[in-house]
Amino acid sequence: MAAKRAERLVNLVIALLSTRQYVTAARIRATVPGYEADDGSDRADEAFKRMFERDKAELREMGVPLETGRTSVFDTEDGYRIARADYELPEIHLTGEEAAAVGLALRLWESAQLAGAAQSALVKLRAAGVDVDTSRSLPIQPRIDRGEAAFEPCYAAARDRRRLQFDYRRPDEDTAVRRDVQPWGVVAWHGRWYLVGHDLDRQAPRVFRLSRVVGAPKAVGPAGAFEPPADLDLTVVVAGQVTGEEHLVVVRARPGTAVGLRRRATSLGPADDGDDRLQLRTTEPWALADELAAYGADVVVEAPTQVRDAVIGRLTRLAAMGERA
Amino acid sequence: MSTTDRMTRLLALVPYLSARPDGVALAEAARDFGVTERQVRSDLELLWMCGLPGYGPGDLIDVAFEGDRVRVTFSAGMVRPLRLTTDEAVALVVALRTLLELPGLAERDAVSHALAKVSAAAGDAADRVSPVAVSVDAREENLAVVRDALERGRALHLHYYVPTRDERTERTVDPMRLLLVDGRSYLEAWCRRAEGVRLFRLDRLDDVAVLDEAAAPPPQATGRNVDNGVYQPAPDAPAVRLRLDRSARWVAEYYPTEDVTPVDDPPGGLAVTVRTGDLAWARRLVATLGGGAVVDEPAEIGAQVAAEARAALARYGVTPGRDG
Repeated sequence: MAAKRAERLVNLVIALLSTRQYVTAARIRATVPGYEADDGSDRADEAFKRMFERDKAELREMGVPLETGRTSVFDTEDGYRIARADYELPEIHLTGEEAAAVGLALRLWESAQLAGAAQSALVKLRAAGVDVDTSRSLPIQPRIDRGEAAFEPCYAAARDRRRLQFDYRRPDEDTAVRRDVQPWGVVAWHGRWYLVGHDLDRQAPRVFRLSRVVGAPKAVGPAGAFEPPADLDLTVVVAGQVTGEEHLVVVRARPGTAVGLRRRATSLGPADDGDDRLQLRTTEPWALADELAAYGADVVVEAPTQVRDAVIGRLTRLAAMGERA
Repeated sequence: MSTTDRMTRLLALVPYLSARPDGVALAEAARDFGVTERQVRSDLELLWMCGLPGYGPGDLIDVAFEGDRVRVTFSAGMVRPLRLTTDEAVALVVALRTLLELPGLAERDAVSHALAKVSAAAGDAADRVSPVAVSVDAREENLAVVRDALERGRALHLHYYVPTRDERTERTVDPMRLLLVDGRSYLEAWCRRAEGVRLFRLDRLDDVAVLDEAAAPPPQATGRNVDNGVYQPAPDAPAVRLRLDRSARWVAEYYPTEDVTPVDDPPGGLAVTVRTGDLAWARRLVATLGGGAVVDEPAEIGAQVAAEARAALARYGVTPGRDG
């Protein structure tokens, strides 16, 4: 940014912070250095207006609470001011441990949008007198928002409460389908990113995997177009979609085999034939059936019947693969 | 550098110095703002020209240099930084909530106190329903032990579960760093048994113990770049060619695959190539897909999986049909 413009913007902020009165655009033009002087020409007026509009937009973009209004009923036009209480970051004091936690937390972000926001949040906390040491020696590389192209547009639309349209393709569908949603938020659930929102065509809440969004999502219409439910818990919505009710599954495993199952199973003791009986809990019985089938002859399902049948079905298809080969 | 970045810094610099009345070394200020010393100097020179309307000598921001230290002597009313924006509040609050889910990484009480204080300071920006949430999958006890070893620079003794061979292996490792990738935690360490750098998924570790001896990864041990995920097959690793049916097409979005081509057999299918140096892994993947994938290459994988399935069916008392 040109130094002149930065200087003008800083002066504008200081000037508007230093007064309780609303200051008109004409007065700002006359006092704050750097604006096109009033020489009575339309050209100069136009140039000033353009410059001032851009400056206001820039300050609002940064989150400066620029108010408009009139100090008294005798004022003939609106003026501007910045209320100090709305501008300033409230007092915040962090202990060394708390500041270290903040420093570590801010390293979680990688996407340009939130990594940039994390950096500027850090600058503000330091400016508030908090000493955040980000060079602490713990060798850790945490990353929670790695490489989802759809993340930033979805996040921005949810933040601004704008309607979002995108093409979405489930792996079991042949073509992408256009979806039209009110985005409530994006959720990283166990390493995968989801968009949660109200699907306008289906008139119901829906969860979308970001990796299945085809192309760039497009925000349409104005900001603030809807309100998400007040009691919304994004993680619960995704967990509810991704996982179901808990099932108990009992299997028999040959001694010394199925090490992976045993790590999370409860032992029910030996069966008549010397196999070990194991009890497993799962909210995803079909995923468990996939895993049990892959253990082959080492593991046999006792109960429930649906899981036993599901495993037999999988094994039958796998056996048929040999016939075709 | 974007306009907003520089403006954020310019508006923060005077409050930063005001909060440190004894002055700050220029190098420290540069580090705290994540810029060069030269940039801080240039920012201060710009701020020197700014101040209260009137813009006389007593109205302008004033800073004093004493050796390599700088302090502010007149702030022109710039004593506090600007409030947090929504993005900044989200970045802070969501990251701290994530740390609460990873209790081994930082002192839990410190994280929850920091979260409460930051939320209060963020005010409105944090009051709205956050547009981002994070839920990670981490085993608390392992995280704490591994972090302890890293902080104290000690070797670890552990058992590691290897799913492709379905076995538990016992190892002594020299920890290098902790990684959080795609919602899972990994320890990167020099494995003395394999004599190489390995990534250990924390939820596959059992009986982890910190040893008295120092961690000493050899000089050739270098960290792996995980920007593209933790599965990174060598480009010359053997190719496994699969045809996936609809139910198994997710494989193409889950693992790094090459030559993804739609095919008609099976209907709506995808032909993909997966590279792996570990054919046991490929065998297990195919078996897990329960018939959703046909192996074109190497043919023995399909034959082995089918033979194993027939043996399993025999235990259920089922004879596979010959007419399929």
